[in-house]
Amino acid sequence: MSILVNSTTRLIVQGFTGSEGTFHAQQMLEYGTNVVGGVTPGKGGQKHLDKPVFNTVRDAVDHEGANTSIIFVPPAFAGDAIIEAAQAGVELIVCITEGIPVQDMVIAKSVADSHGCRLVGPNCPGLITPGQAKVGIMPGMIFTPGPIGLVSRSGTLTYEAVDQLTKAGLGQSTAIGIGGDPVIGTTHTDAVKLFNEDPETEAIVLIGEIGGSAEEEAAAYIKEHVKKPVVAFIAGSTAPPGRRMGHAGAIISGGKGTAQDKKEALMAAGITVSESPAEIGETLKALL
Amino acid sequence: MNIHEYQAKELLAAAKVAVPAGKSTTTVAEAVEIAKGIFESGSDLVVVKAQIHAGGRGKGKTKNSGARGVILCRSVEEVRTAADSLLGDILVTIQTGESGQKVNTIYITDGVSIEKEFYLSILLDRGLGKNVIMVSTEGGVEIEKVAEETPEKIIKEWVEPGLKLQGCQARRLAFALDLSGDALKSAMKLFTNLYDFYVAKDASLVEVNPLVLTKEGEVVALDAKVTFDDNGLYRHADVQDLRDESEENPFELEASKYGLNYIKLDGNVGCMVNGAGLAMATMDIIKLSGGEPANFLDVGGGANVETVKNGFRIILDDPNVKGILINIFGGIVRCDRVANGILEAIKDEEIARKVQNVPIIVRLQGTNAKEAKEIIDNSGLNVISAVLLKEAAAEVARLFA
Repeated sequence: MSILVNSTTRLIVQGFTGSEGTFHAQQMLEYGTNVVGGVTPGKGGQKHLDKPVFNTVRDAVDHEGANTSIIFVPPAFAGDAIIEAAQAGVELIVCITEGIPVQDMVIAKSVADSHGCRLVGPNCPGLITPGQAKVGIMPGMIFTPGPIGLVSRSGTLTYEAVDQLTKAGLGQSTAIGIGGDPVIGTTHTDAVKLFNEDPETEAIVLIGEIGGSAEEEAAAYIKEHVKKPVVAFIAGSTAPPGRRMGHAGAIISGGKGTAQDKKEALMAAGITVSESPAEIGETLKALL
Repeated sequence: MNIHEYQAKELLAAAKVAVPAGKSTTTVAEAVEIAKGIFESGSDLVVVKAQIHAGGRGKGKTKNSGARGVILCRSVEEVRTAADSLLGDILVTIQTGESGQKVNTIYITDGVSIEKEFYLSILLDRGLGKNVIMVSTEGGVEIEKVAEETPEKIIKEWVEPGLKLQGCQARRLAFALDLSGDALKSAMKLFTNLYDFYVAKDASLVEVNPLVLTKEGEVVALDAKVTFDDNGLYRHADVQDLRDESEENPFELEASKYGLNYIKLDGNVGCMVNGAGLAMATMDIIKLSGGEPANFLDVGGGANVETVKNGFRIILDDPNVKGILINIFGGIVRCDRVANGILEAIKDEEIARKVQNVPIIVRLQGTNAKEAKEIIDNSGLNVISAVLLKEAAAEVARLFA
């Protein structure tokens, strides 16, 4: 088992024939992901990477039974791409694009919600169920199948943590990067809930960072509902207030969203917090 | 992106949001002329306001003249003195830090007759993914304090995604401020137009503190702080033109020209990292190892020779930097390539000269990490290599703790 993506995933790539879309579609195919085609408006009917290209997401769903979409279109058009996928009935939309205007995301998220589809991202590395499906841009070779569910806001910090887990002999059920923007689809709490309900996930790693209150909300949920062991790391203990640390959402504003507050909330919920980003794997191993 | 109050007021006026009469200037002579016009229109109070991006101007003081950042004037002569004391001086406020910020521009505005002061802001509610408009009867004070002590005095309306602020919402907000009659209508119009402005211009924050009810019964924005979503700037050339580079840190400004995401800090260990989350975590590990991070620097996915060179230049321009930790997780970018890129950057004449006395720790992890370590170790250059993050941390501790 796993969450959200597995061998039944039928994936389409929006922005299929662009350079990013092409490169990562190739990588996902090599990993063994079931990529059934892609969408580039105006190029419908062509073949790309031996897969069919469609003008619209609706065509891709009708012809290939796509149930998942990954979006690589530029930021100015990404909100529209999310809405198109939601209206076409895609169940899971993973948006990799960085730099989407917040107001576009307010509307796109609302449309995705109203169609009952799950959105992951934007501004995220995507998600992977090792050995089954990679729907994202992460380096597949560092992942290994196993019982640990991992949720994180960032890209390379996720890889760092996964690498530590793999080296500690702890494989992953699914690893999901939820993105560093102020408005995102799937939250820490959503991911924790899915991992908690997945019988093959035995422990959870939660990686957060400064800004917002998503980690505190996840802590409250874990305290109430989760019996599986959880290890957390929060990045940005040394970040100054009022400055955006790379991710659009990573900012301490009005004294809210500090790493210290988040760590305290997590510890109060009985979660083991790793102070050092170099000890996430060892901390979990010691706990199990 | 931040803008000045006078720029915000001009944008608001164009969006049909009521603001007091006023104009910005960079000279004392023009300040006097603007003030004359305001007094002649029948006002008996003119306010001279220093235009810097930082808040807390009213309580701040200039370094040389000791003037406050906001000065109330009853005569043209007082305006002359106020303008003279502010222009060219350094204003220090609670938000600028000790170094303060130079006052290049002042805003001369009508000091309207105030009946009541309120608070108003529009921003994103991240938890709900909706925009929220907030008002409070507690105007003119720090809203964080109100939120802490008397949260019931902050009234919120969440706007449905894709819709305008609805009439019922504007009405509820105005009633919450105990307004009636023409004042209620005036407030509703301001709320509606201000929300339209916020969405149309991709603002990330509009804060009006205080929003005032004048003795004449009109609701006007006496102050205005507007911040824009950087991701939305591409569709607003008029807003991009308002950027004031003199308000920005020169190191950060330079980095942004190279497309690097850099934030200057006060520590002694510089760092260069791919990815924002890992960059924050690298700063944290420098601190945990006994150093102090000198910066945040995300070089993005590429980490090629040019980005690494530019990263070195920016980090080494900071005289506080005594060492550098490069932390790259090579996923799809292979570590051996990154290693060669780093070595090539260090061989650059200008950089080679500057790094002579600055130890460099390079931690490369991911695809081909072992080959990368060999490349660094065999380079003959004064570079320390590491593979595990733990090893890099130990090197930082050895050198800087």
